[in-house]
Amino acid sequence: MITLHELTKTYGGRLTVDHVSFEARPGRVTGFLGPNGAGKSTTMRMVVGLTRPTSGTATIDCRRFIDLPNPGREVGVLLDASAQHAGRTGREILTIAARTMGLPTDRIGRMLDLVSLTDDEGERRIGNYSLGMRQRLGIATALIGEPQALILDEPANGLDPAGIRWMRDLLRSYADRGGTVLLSSHLLHEIEIIADDLVVIGNGRIVVQGTKAELLQAVGTVVRTPELPALEAALLAAGLRVTLADDGSLQTDADLALVGEVARSAGVALTELRSADGAGLEEMFLELTTETQREGAAA
Amino acid sequence: MTAIAVPRSPSAGSAADPVPLSRVAAVELRKMFDTRSGFWLMASIVISALIATIAVILFAPDDELTYSTFGKAIAYPMLVILPMIALLSVTSEWSQRSGLTTFTLVPHRGRVISAKAAASISIGVASMVLALAIGALGNIVGTAITGTTTVWDVSLGESSYIVLGNLLGLMSGFMLGVLIRSSPGAIVGYFVYTWALTPLFVLLANSQAWFHDSRAWIDVNFAQAPLFMFEGALTGEQWANIGFTGIFWLVIPLAVGLRHVLRSEVT
Repeated sequence: MITLHELTKTYGGRLTVDHVSFEARPGRVTGFLGPNGAGKSTTMRMVVGLTRPTSGTATIDCRRFIDLPNPGREVGVLLDASAQHAGRTGREILTIAARTMGLPTDRIGRMLDLVSLTDDEGERRIGNYSLGMRQRLGIATALIGEPQALILDEPANGLDPAGIRWMRDLLRSYADRGGTVLLSSHLLHEIEIIADDLVVIGNGRIVVQGTKAELLQAVGTVVRTPELPALEAALLAAGLRVTLADDGSLQTDADLALVGEVARSAGVALTELRSADGAGLEEMFLELTTETQREGAAA
Repeated sequence: MTAIAVPRSPSAGSAADPVPLSRVAAVELRKMFDTRSGFWLMASIVISALIATIAVILFAPDDELTYSTFGKAIAYPMLVILPMIALLSVTSEWSQRSGLTTFTLVPHRGRVISAKAAASISIGVASMVLALAIGALGNIVGTAITGTTTVWDVSLGESSYIVLGNLLGLMSGFMLGVLIRSSPGAIVGYFVYTWALTPLFVLLANSQAWFHDSRAWIDVNFAQAPLFMFEGALTGEQWANIGFTGIFWLVIPLAVGLRHVLRSEVT
């Protein structure tokens, strides 16, 4: 279990990560979603001790990352697949990781197989690797210590559609065996198909978090009537939360059938009754993205 | 997916064994050889020792064909190569960004830096022993060619001075690597430190009497020069010069660099 508690980072007075708290649980893939520059990478670097938090804590099974005796055996980390000495071969990078962790070197060949890098590719210097190959090698480096948790920053970057599917299957089966996966992405669709839980971050702050099922669910009902006050009173009397939208419709979390019943027993005629679009998450995410882009353009 | 790594149950204890420093040092040693540039840097130790030896045989006058001539000729290229090896072993973690992996596998950065220091020093000692052996071979072969007597005019103590002098040079490269953490920056820093400062100090010594008298307490390269002279045992004052300048030119900047390495962000 990876636990972040009020994790905060300021650079020169500017809040980059603002009191971020969430958990990535065993057996689940937790997607950390946000537009570029939202603070995802800084947050992940703080979890693995590469960046000091200004305040707050991050723990792996109740221990700080830097207190893990042999971190590679407990947490597989891939923050930037290109951050390797370009002059080393793929096999050599795995060898260094295996030796540091004190692992038998026969795992190296198995890891190359696992991420579908051929022996020939393993002997090539990674300066000649494509981004997709580097991601595969990075995944192999993360998995070689057979850790119980994975922390991956934008692992799908540079992978082709088949590669993304491969990654999804790999992470799915890893989580199904009880592993904890925390992975970030700036693409909603990409993370939607992999993650069980979602944490959405924008401008350093968590905007929303929950299970994917919860977040992608249709968010309630929209109802319209000429007799607005009467319907509002009836819905409130039924114990429902009601908000009045700008366009004169009422919105509530209750489902269609319940709203219809309440309207009938209140004797209110409806002009429209439909479920609210399930696009809530996507719209919210789009809003976040454009907001950040506007800020970027103004700067 | 068939062969995927299975997360172990928490009871499988081997993950709890800490990474011993000796293992980190062995890995760091390996990392000095496993790139093409690293390999050729290492090879250049042997190559330059051979070239220096051959050059002495070819160009030195017969009466100077003694072991001390070989020793001096070989020590000179070492004084450039060894600091570069130590320096690059540190800066590549930042310049090549491999530190992202290194410091997540061993989050205690002090251990990584210590391991690099240990690996660099062992390379330095091995290189000097090898270089002195090549020089000795050159002395035997050279005098055999010229038909002159083979002169062993370097004592064991003097040989250890030159090893020490080169190790101090290596550590100054290491220090600059830790302090600057960028390959080009640290290399420039090293050449300023060793070559650009010397003429400035000479100029200052020629114009200022007080500096002329106290130069050995200020100029680190000047203080260390007797280690390379093969002129008998160093005096107490010469040792004091080396120690005193070492504090200001090596220990303090190294401490400043280390402090920053431990606290800074690895990106």
